Amino acid sequence: MNVPMEYYLIMSTVMFFAGIYGFITRRNLIAVLISLELILNAADINFMVFNRFLYPEAMEGMFFTLFTIGISAGETAVAIAIIINIYRNLKHIQAEDLNQLKY
Amino acid sequence: MELIASKIIFWVLALVIVTFSVLTVTSRRILRAATCLLFVLIATAGIYVLLDYHFLAAVQITVYAGGILVLYVFSILLTSQAGEKTDPVKRNKVIAGTAVSLAGILLCVWIIFRNGFNVVKTVSGGEIDMRTIGEALMGTGKFQYILPFEAISIFLLACVVGGIMIARKR
Repeated sequence: MNVPMEYYLIMSTVMFFAGIYGFITRRNLIAVLISLELILNAADINFMVFNRFLYPEAMEGMFFTLFTIGISAGETAVAIAIIINIYRNLKHIQAEDLNQLKY
Repeated sequence: MELIASKIIFWVLALVIVTFSVLTVTSRRILRAATCLLFVLIATAGIYVLLDYHFLAAVQITVYAGGILVLYVFSILLTSQAGEKTDPVKRNKVIAGTAVSLAGILLCVWIIFRNGFNVVKTVSGGEIDMRTIGEALMGTGKFQYILPFEAISIFLLACVVGGIMIARKR
């Protein structure tokens, strides 16, 4: 616990905004999803750091992170299923060219 | 001695996280981006161990590094040719993304240092034992989590059914 709390927060901030950068610049759908994982992971780190440094006797941050990991697993699975289906129908997964909402 | 060791471990992990998260979003080969994401996730598990949340580090490695990353690699191999590079990003998009990210980082760092958290000085902490976690996860009382636990089990079941329905061959 001898590293100040602010350093953890700065580290997760950099990770979060790296995810934002990827979310803006990427065109491949899977790369966008990977950026989303970075954002979720940075939020998880923040939950844990606040839990440990501000309320060390509570466990709320840990359970929030636990449920976030579960939900992001489900979200990734469904999103990848959709992406594979798009690839099967249109033969590409570039986000900007997906402008036809047809079956 | 132990204090110095944990400091060094923190700096190594922070360096790995920052470097590889930037590489994840700038690498032009998508499989390489996924590998960088793997390093970021494992270093995050290391941060959890450093904060004495051992159970959560195990969950992070099994679910993220073991499960989700494999899913990503499979889908990357299914949807792109080997050695394929993505097109270079347009210049105005790079400028927009960099501006947004830098502005956000500056704003957040300013807030972090201005806020003045009242950090608990005498950190008793230590590892939470598994009995406490299990009882909190399965109890119905205050600060206990049976309802979200059941909700997430239904959610994961719906995800399994939906994933199979969407991705199956017709």
